[in-house]
This record gives sequence, C-alpha cells and structure tokens, in this order.
Amino acid sequence: MQYMLLIHVDEAAMAAMAPAATPDKAYEMAQPYLAYNEALKKAGVWVAGDRLAPSASTTLVSMRGDKTEVLDGPFADTKEQLGGYYIIEAADLDAAIQWAARCPAAQNRAVEVRPIWKAG
Amino acid sequence: MTAQAPGARAAAEAAARQSYGKLVAFLAARTRDVAGAEDALADAFAAALERWPHDGVPDRPEAWLLAVARRRGIDAVRRRRTREAGRDHLALMAEELEAGMAEHDIPDERLRLMFACAHPAIDPAMRAPLMLQTVLGFDAAAIASAFLVAPATMAQRLVRAKARIKQAGIPFRIPERPELAERLDAVLGAIYAAFAEGWLDAAGTETRRRNLASEGLWLGRLTASLLPNEPEALGLLSLMLFAEARRAARRTDDGRYMPLAAQDTALWDNAMIDEAERLLVVASAMEGLGRYRLEAAIQAVHCARRTTGGTDWPALATLYEVLLSLTGSPVAAINRAVAIARLDGPRAGLDALEAIGDARLADYQPFWAARADLAAQLGDRAQATAAYDRAIGLERDEAVRRFLQAEREALDEGGV
Repeated sequence: MQYMLLIHVDEAAMAAMAPAATPDKAYEMAQPYLAYNEALKKAGVWVAGDRLAPSASTTLVSMRGDKTEVLDGPFADTKEQLGGYYIIEAADLDAAIQWAARCPAAQNRAVEVRPIWKAG
Repeated sequence: MTAQAPGARAAAEAAARQSYGKLVAFLAARTRDVAGAEDALADAFAAALERWPHDGVPDRPEAWLLAVARRRGIDAVRRRRTREAGRDHLALMAEELEAGMAEHDIPDERLRLMFACAHPAIDPAMRAPLMLQTVLGFDAAAIASAFLVAPATMAQRLVRAKARIKQAGIPFRIPERPELAERLDAVLGAIYAAFAEGWLDAAGTETRRRNLASEGLWLGRLTASLLPNEPEALGLLSLMLFAEARRAARRTDDGRYMPLAAQDTALWDNAMIDEAERLLVVASAMEGLGRYRLEAAIQAVHCARRTTGGTDWPALATLYEVLLSLTGSPVAAINRAVAIARLDGPRAGLDALEAIGDARLADYQPFWAARADLAAQLGDRAQATAAYDRAIGLERDEAVRRFLQAEREALDEGGV
C-alpha cells in the first residue's frame, strides 16, 4: 500500500527562528531530513517527498459558474499548515507507522499517516 | 419448537461460533476485508445456528460452513449485488481450501484478527464490540443492547471500524516482542471491557449482558490458550474466573445486594476458583509484574476466605499499593484506603481516602460509599449522611442503591 505522511508545521514559530538562522544553522536543521530521506530510499520505501513553500505563497482556485475565482492564502487559515509530505510504499499501517515514527517531524510534532486511495 | 436439551443448543452454538470466527479470521487475514468475509459466511452461519442444535455438530464444522457458504453464498451475494467482496471471498475459499480442507484444518488466525480489532488506530470504545462481532458472530443489535447504545448507531460504528481496517491497511499480525506487551494490553483491555459489561448485570436479569460476561470469558480462554506464555493473558483469565465464580452470591434470592465481605462463600463456584488459582500460580511464576496478575492476586486473597474464613487485609493493602504505583488508578487508591481502614482504623482509612485528590472521584460511587462508611464508623453522622446521599445519587444499580439507602437509614436511627 501507499501512504502519505503529512507534516504540519507552525509557520509563525518557524518564521521567528528564521532571521537568526545562519546558513550553517539552516544546514544543521536540514540534516535529520536528509538522513531520513536517505533511509527511505535505501529501504526501497520512498515514492516521493518534498518540502512545501510557506502557505503565504498559496493560491486558492475555484470555478464559479464559468468564472475562475482566484484567492490568495491557504484553504484554512490555521496556525498549523501543511509544510511537507512523503509518499511511501509500506506493507501495512504498522510499517507506515514505523516510518512515520522515524520522521524528524514526529520528534517534536505529529505526522499524519494517510493511506492513498485505491479504487476497488 | 425444539425438543433438544438446552445443553445441546449451547454446545451447538459454541461450535458454530468457534468455526465462524476461525473462518472470518482466516479469510480476513488474507484480504483485510472483514465485512466481505462476514458477508460471505453470513448465510452459512445462520444455517448452522439453526440446524446444529437439532442435527448435532458436524464432524468437520468448518468444512460444513464452507460448503454451505459456497452453495448458498454465490446466490445471496448476487442478490445483494452491493458486496462484490463477498464473491471474492467465496472464490478465495474455493481456491485455497478446496484441496487443503480434507488434509488438515484451517489455521487459527483469530488471534491476528483480535490484534487487528484492538489496533491503536481503532477507537478504544469500538475494540470490544468489533471483537464480539468478528470473532463470535454477534449481530449489531445484540452488541448494541449489551453496551446500551442505539442499534443503528452501533451498526454504523461497526461498519466504519471495519472500513477503517481495510482502508488504513491495519495488519492482521501478532506483534513482535518490544511491541507485543502494549498491543496485547489493548486486546486484553477489550476482552475485559466485554466481560465487565456483563458483570454489571449482577442479578442476571438482562440475559444479553450476562451472556457478555461468558463471551468475555470465552475470548479470555481463547487468548490464554493461544498465548500460553503471556502472563497477563493468563492473569486476565484468572481475574475473570475469580469474579464470575462469585456471581451467585452477589444478590440474595430476593434480589438484595450482598457486599463481597458479607457474601456466603458456600455460594461461590469452587471449580471456577480452583481453575483461577491454578492459572494465577502459573502466571505468577513468569517474569515481570502486570495489572491483570495483580488484580487476580487481589481476587485470590478475597476468595481465600472460602477456606480460611478470614480476609488477609495486610496482603490486600500491599497488593493495592503495588497496583496503584503501577497504574495510578484512583480505584486502586480507594481500595487501598479501605484496606488501611481495616488495618489501622477508620481515621487512617479516611485520611488515605482524602489524600487521593483525583477529580474523577467526584462522580464515582464507591468513593462516596467508602467515605460514608468510614465517617459512620468515626461517629461523624453529618459527613456520613452527606456522603451516602452522594453515593445513592450516583448509583445506577437499584439493588446497590437500596443497600446504601438502608445503611443511611441506620444512621438516622442512631445506629452509630
């Protein structure tokens, strides 16, 4: 089965840390993710994964009749925003939980484990 | 209607449940589709419950169920049209079992099924109902009435929980060592929840709830037999047997509540207590310490009164102390305070009770009943009366309520 691991982040808290972050510091903060990515790939579990740009850069698009309505901002204006994701291949929920538990994001906040919809 | 003895009916129903649970587990373990497996077997199971009490249990009950499922199932599934999965299961049965069935029995995957039902991703309140339905074949209405939930609500929750097992990919596996203790705790917790629902109906007037106690015992036996080296599985079975053994003594013939200390030990089921004691001895020889073993040990001390004529309160105080430090349960704290009162007098007991300081106790009847009893022993009528009033207001069981009211009236009559 395929699962998406959704990583929700507190953007305000991250932004507060950002000005102080030197390039060295930023590299240091990214290290656990680089190691985790490597582990996923080595185990043959990796399907996809990315960090997302801040939600301030989000555009919301919907059709109103034949008009395209474009709004700025994320779908829901909450403190926690989707900040990144992984798609992994795992035998079952227990295997997916094991990988989610190793994700750096699980160490200080929660990782959402969501099965990818399979028709039938 | 039926001429056969009730014993034959019970035996046939037990055999039908055994075989049904094994087949559901066998099929669902391969597909994770519990609803589909149940659907494929539903008609065959109903036929078994109808026919086996008359015709006797067939030599190979699983083969019988499979044959009927195959014969009737395809039409039934076609009629319903909604459950494609049922047809897939029938195909799976045909493929995997046709050859193998004659040679050997189907593997028993019920433990895997129970671990799936009690998976941490399943709502804790739904774990026991899910086990009762999938392992024992209870319908949603029976489970709903036992758990005092509206049938439609229970049916909907069961459907959702089964969909969740399939969609989320909850595995049918027995967890390995580091994980096993925690996961097994959830399985045992669900079994105990089923038993406890049945235990609440002390008078045995609500047949469905009383049955739940015996079904809980049945699941406990199954788990203990499949995991004979897990001390907590043995501990839970022992605990349930100790409790069930006292059922007949919990009410008088005219329905009055009998507190444990006042029960007539001649009404206890000696064979059941003997079995519970044997299990506890085996479990206690194994490594570690666990909640169910401790609770079984506490029950063993109470039940020892049948031979010693007395209750070993120092042992109880120690056991509750250990249970409290292990679980932090306020219920253990209350019982510890009651044991302390027996040892060191009502003042010490009341102090221990007041030291608990758990907000949940405000709505917990035994806390107020214990407090009332100890205050009465100290001659504090005002406090005792107030505490009895609280306890009476919180009690659902009428017999217990009448007992508390009588105690309270004894205060008014200057009995203190």
